[in-house]
Order: sequence, then structure tokens, then C-alpha cells
Amino acid sequence: MTGTDRLGLALSWVIALGCVIFLMLPIVITLAASFTSSAVYTLPPPEWSLRWYQSLERRSGLWEAVTLSLNLAVVSTVISLILGTLAAIAVTRGSFRGREAIATFTVSPLMMPGLVVGVALLQFFREIGLRDAYVSLLLGHIVITLPFVMRTLLASMAAFDFSLVDAARTLGLSYPRAILQVLVPNLAPAYLTGGLFAFLASMDNYPISIFLTDARNKTLPIKMLQYLEEQPDPSLAAISSGLILLACIVLVIGSRTVGLNRMIQG
Amino acid sequence: MTGRAERIGLLALPGLSFLAVIYALPLFMLLLKSVQIDGQFSIAEYIAFFSDSYNLSVLWRTLRVALLTTGLALIIAYPTAIIMARAKGFWLSVFLVAMVLPMSVGVVVKAFAWTILFRTRGVLNDTLMSLGITDAPIRMLFTETALIIGAANVFLPFMVLPIYAVLRQMDSRLPEAAASLGATPVFRFMNVTLPLSLPGVVAGCAFTFSLAISMYVIPSLIVGERQQTLSMLTARSFLYLRNEALGATISSILLLIAISVVLASSWAANRLGARQ
Repeated sequence: MTGTDRLGLALSWVIALGCVIFLMLPIVITLAASFTSSAVYTLPPPEWSLRWYQSLERRSGLWEAVTLSLNLAVVSTVISLILGTLAAIAVTRGSFRGREAIATFTVSPLMMPGLVVGVALLQFFREIGLRDAYVSLLLGHIVITLPFVMRTLLASMAAFDFSLVDAARTLGLSYPRAILQVLVPNLAPAYLTGGLFAFLASMDNYPISIFLTDARNKTLPIKMLQYLEEQPDPSLAAISSGLILLACIVLVIGSRTVGLNRMIQG
Repeated sequence: MTGRAERIGLLALPGLSFLAVIYALPLFMLLLKSVQIDGQFSIAEYIAFFSDSYNLSVLWRTLRVALLTTGLALIIAYPTAIIMARAKGFWLSVFLVAMVLPMSVGVVVKAFAWTILFRTRGVLNDTLMSLGITDAPIRMLFTETALIIGAANVFLPFMVLPIYAVLRQMDSRLPEAAASLGATPVFRFMNVTLPLSLPGVVAGCAFTFSLAISMYVIPSLIVGERQQTLSMLTARSFLYLRNEALGATISSILLLIAISVVLASSWAANRLGARQ
């Protein structure tokens, strides 16, 4: 190794470690701020306390927002997994033209401005007379979750040996059963990572949801931004810490079952 | 078994028709609406938008912030991806956790954390003052620099991971082979590592830029209403001003920018793929 090599490598290490610290900074700050005893954000906290976690009980509408967000995330992810499985099989195994275009189209909502999709859906639902906020939100959240599922399923099905499905059919299983009992278990890692990231994307979405809510159906991110405007005390850091805990659980499940390296390949 | 491959194509129908009706059609109708006034074709809304100097300043700010965010993210991400691609064992896990955990934590949480950091009496100013770098607190929240730092932080994993993925696939013996043939480190980087990593750089930049151009939560929390971006202007014209014609025009402009980024990046990816 020459001197220039070593210098370049050392510099890269400094930036890489700085990058790790930079990425973790918001998470650490939020956790620290949530355990403060003070009524304002002072770091490090003058004294540690759980008072802001206890104060969450008195936050009106918080529980409703959490359950609505969880409900939307679970239902939309499950629907996306079903629609995504069928579409990914069609793209991988079909022989029709335009399969590449279909693959691009189904993943494209990831690259579209969320706010614009939200505006478009708001006007469209109004046009067709759909007034139910829950149904509107659910339809919107399927648009959010489907591309995450499609991306991982398309990648993993491209490498899947479909002769296993054919073998199962020769042994007497119907096509749907063969898919459920052979393909799905074999692609479990893809289902898990695609499903988890889809779930998290739905939980976090603000730009689409904001156009589809009404006074009674407010998702957690919408509620959090509302609290931030009305009463920005450290209880918001406590809610955020709850969401960080959720992310940590996802990370542990993901790394235990499929490994971190596979999670990021989605 | 003839025709089964064709019939398998039918499995795409539920998902495709869902996206066609609940995603493509609404976007198309939005575009259509932006070039219509009372059912007649008209680009008057666009002319009105582009002849207003305030709107132009918002457009320019949005593009500038997205470009600087992408640039900052790339500067941090590229060396990180190089180190990550060479890392093994413990260090690889550290880097992977540092990417996946922030990606799993929502934008709302992270943007909120940056407002705590950037507060005038916040952690950053306290640190700077105790280090003696500054005497009085600096105003950071509500500045464009703060916005770029916060946005780069949120989008960084989307820049690192595509570059990491291509570098990881690269045969590590290539730079070594070049070195054994007497290539200098700079020559090696410019002629081996950099060209091979370009597809990852293009993918990362395209993704980061399209996220940054349309971000909404991050600017509303970090810079607030005083410095609007295109997304904030869209939301405001729909939710507060009730000026739907303006909102439809701005969101169409955002949509067209996003589509051009996608097309440009896939064109660049094809060019790079053809060259190699």
C-alpha cells in the first residue's frame, strides 16, 4: 500500500464513521429527549423521568390514531402481498409482451411525489363520490405499500426455481395450493422484508394521508404534526420513541430471520 | 399445457387494474385538469404560474435544495459505501444497522428530532458555545442550511445502499490487478472503481433527488411556512387557500419533474449498461 492509498483509506474511514454517527443522531436525540423531567427540550436532561410517557394517557385522540395507523398498515400490507404475489408471478412466468413495463409501473409509485398522489386521489375520490375516509385511506395506503412488496417479490422470484411448483402440481396439488405451499414458504425472506418495509412505509405516511382524512379518522403521523403545532412538549419525543422501538423490533426480526444484508437488497 | 404461460399473465390483472384505477387514472386526471379551464384546453394556469416571480422563487428554491441535498448526501455516501463494501463481520453489522434502523424510523420522527437539534437553545448551539466556537447562539432552525442537513440525513441510506450494492459486486481483485500493473491510486480510482460504481451513483442520485424535490414533512418542520417549497405550496393551495387550480398546476409541475428524473436516470443507466 502506498502513502496515497493509506491517506485515502483513512479519510474514507473518518467519513464513514461520521456517517454512522450522523445517521444515528436523530434517534439518540429523540430517545434522550423523551426521558427528560423538564417541560422543554434540554439536552442532556436535567433529570431523568418517565413523566412524558405517563402524560401520553392524557393526549386526546392518540390511542385512536395509533390503532387506525396499525389497522391501515396491516390491512394494506396484507392486500399488497396478495396482489403483489399474483402480479409478480405473472411478470416472472408469463410470456406476454410488456412485462418489463408492468414491472416498472408497479414499482413506480416509489418515485412519485407522495403529495401529488394524495392530491390526485383526493380529487378522484370526490369525483366518483367516495366519501368514506377509512376506505379512501386504505386504497391510498395500498398504493403506498404495493411497490415495496413488488420490488422484493420481483427480485426474489427472478431467482426462484419454478420447476418446484410444477413438481408439486405433478404430485397432485392444485396451482393455488402449490403456490401457497411451495412458492410462499421458499420466498419467506422476501415476504418478510417486503412486508416489513411496506408496513413501516404505511405507518409513516403523511403526504398521502393528509388529503384523505376527516375529523374522525386521523392517522398517527397526522396526529403528531397536529400535536406539534398545538402543544409541542416532550411527550412528542415519547411518542417518537415508541415508533423507534417499533423500528428496533422490525430490525431484530429482520436480522434474525433473513439477515441484515438481505434486508437492504429489497 | 399450451397457453398456460398466457393464462399466467392474467394473474397480473387484479394488481394492475387496481393501480391503473387508483393511481394512474387519478394522476392522469390531475394532469388533464391542469391544462383545462371550463372543459376547454388552456395553458393559462401554467402561464400564470410562471409569470409570478414568487412562484418562480419557490420553484428555484425547491430545485436548489434538492440538488444541494443530493450533492451533500453523495459526498458523505460515496466514501461510506467504499468502506462498507470492504467491511466484514462486526464493522459490516455496524454499518448495516446504521442504514436499516434509520430507514425503519419514520420521516416524521427524524424531522422532529432535527428541530430539537436545531433549536436556538438546542443541543448544537449548547455544544458550539461550550466549545467556545461561538459566544451567542446561532439561528439554525428555519434556515435553508438546516433543511439541507436534515434532508440529507433522512435520505442518506437511499444514496449509500445502491452504491454499496454495485461496489460489493465488483471484483475486489480489479483494483489490485491495476495496482500490480503499476497504476497509481488516483488513476486506479478514476479508471476502475469510479466507472464501475457509476450505475449505483446514478440510481442513488435519482432516488435522493426525486425524494428531495417532493419532500413535505421535512421542510414544514425545519423551515416552516416562511420559506415555501413546491410541495408546501401545493398543500397550502389545497388545504388552506382552497385554490385548487393553482394546486393542480403545481402538483403537475412536480409530477413532470419526477417523471423526467425517472426517465433520465433509466436512460443514463441504459447508457452505462451498454458501455460495460
